[in-house]
Amino acid sequence: MQVQMTVNGEEVSKEIEPRTLLVHFLRDHLGLTGTHWGCDTSNCGTCVVWVDNEPVKSCTHLAAMAGGHEVRTVEGLEVDGELDPVQEGFIQCHGLQCGFCTPGMMMTARALLDRNPDPDEATIREAISGQICRCTGYSTIIRSIQWAASKERETAVSLGNTAIEGANA
Amino acid sequence: MQVPAPFEYERATSVDHAIELLNRLGSEARIIAGGHSLLPMMKLRMAAPEYIIDINDLSSQLEYINITDDEVRIGALTRHQQLLESDELAAIMPIFRDAEKVIADPVVRNKGTLGGSLCQADPSEDLSAVCDALDASCVIKGLDGERVVSMHDFHVGPYETAVADGEMLTEVRIPRRSGSSSAYHKVERRAGDWAVASAGAAVTMNGDVIADGRVGLCAVGPNLTNVQPISDALRGATPSEELYAQVGQIAADNASPSDDTRGTAAYKTHLAKELTVRSLRKAVERATGQSATSNGGVA
Repeated sequence: MQVQMTVNGEEVSKEIEPRTLLVHFLRDHLGLTGTHWGCDTSNCGTCVVWVDNEPVKSCTHLAAMAGGHEVRTVEGLEVDGELDPVQEGFIQCHGLQCGFCTPGMMMTARALLDRNPDPDEATIREAISGQICRCTGYSTIIRSIQWAASKERETAVSLGNTAIEGANA
Repeated sequence: MQVPAPFEYERATSVDHAIELLNRLGSEARIIAGGHSLLPMMKLRMAAPEYIIDINDLSSQLEYINITDDEVRIGALTRHQQLLESDELAAIMPIFRDAEKVIADPVVRNKGTLGGSLCQADPSEDLSAVCDALDASCVIKGLDGERVVSMHDFHVGPYETAVADGEMLTEVRIPRRSGSSSAYHKVERRAGDWAVASAGAAVTMNGDVIADGRVGLCAVGPNLTNVQPISDALRGATPSEELYAQVGQIAADNASPSDDTRGTAAYKTHLAKELTVRSLRKAVERATGQSATSNGGVA
């Protein structure tokens, strides 16, 4: 069957078997290997991508079901060469060790911060509770997400101040 | 690598179209909603449908929580996340939020649906116990129109429901009763896992007396919906720790769990009793306004 969708802002169209899972479509058909393929049982969460702005486990999602929808992967976090604050946070706070869980963790973290710019630790833990870090590096992952949240709040304040200054000028 | 057996994919454009497809494609067609029960079954080749009918485009028809004075109607495609987040639903039927907090994880809850959970009919599936405690009915639609069946009749057996070939579950209806509330307790090995055992209770109070009460049990037997001796013991009784213990014992006596990696049969039988006690206690506290969580009474 022919499937068409938007992936990281670009229209793609491919001939696939209907049984193709979204994770394999992204990795094998589009070469977007940033999305990792882990447990295959929707437990580990390293395959998390967004479909229509909502994190989903792409190992338990048919590529066909994503047809006509917007998919965003970890490759789509960076915009015009600028890392997303969540990516920066993972660098600053040592949010990855082996790196296997990282793409899913970052996609879930980005979705969390879009909904809740100032999550407490319990909220972050709950948000990533469907994801497993096999290095057990949860503390630094949580710190990375907090770092991103705090940076975004600062940026929002400074942008707000700029806007006020602009309005006063 | 786990990959489903080959199938053909169809996308439904309306409920009627989905039913037409089901009837045209025959008994080897299956509906996919969130896919978080069906796809794992297909990957393990425990299910190998020849046709998959995707109903995810039908949110305008099947994704809703409608609350009236008499009842709550929930569309089959309503996601776990919506059931968790609805403050209106939590205010009158807090059992939903209790259960949804411990069903799978937030990412899975974005996709999984009420209808899919009920149709999977896994004896360890939480929402079946919730809907049973609430005395819910299921609306099943086919070419000849709708029929409404009780939860008791909906679940024919493990992984078997009253939904026949050519039919689909479209809605769950739950009666609202004055002076009622509910609660759910689950024990799991780790966050998001299937229940070792769980129990949900719903009670309707008439003054200081329980006018009506039901308990739904999960993971302690093949089909523990509508344990009649529990409802008989609760009807007209005055709430007390002795009553909860007595009802908990009935739950344990009716449980028939098996030993597995989640626990021994003896442990699960103990949980059936203890979780029934806790759920009943909490439901009564909520219904009588003794708990911080708002009670479910209709003003």
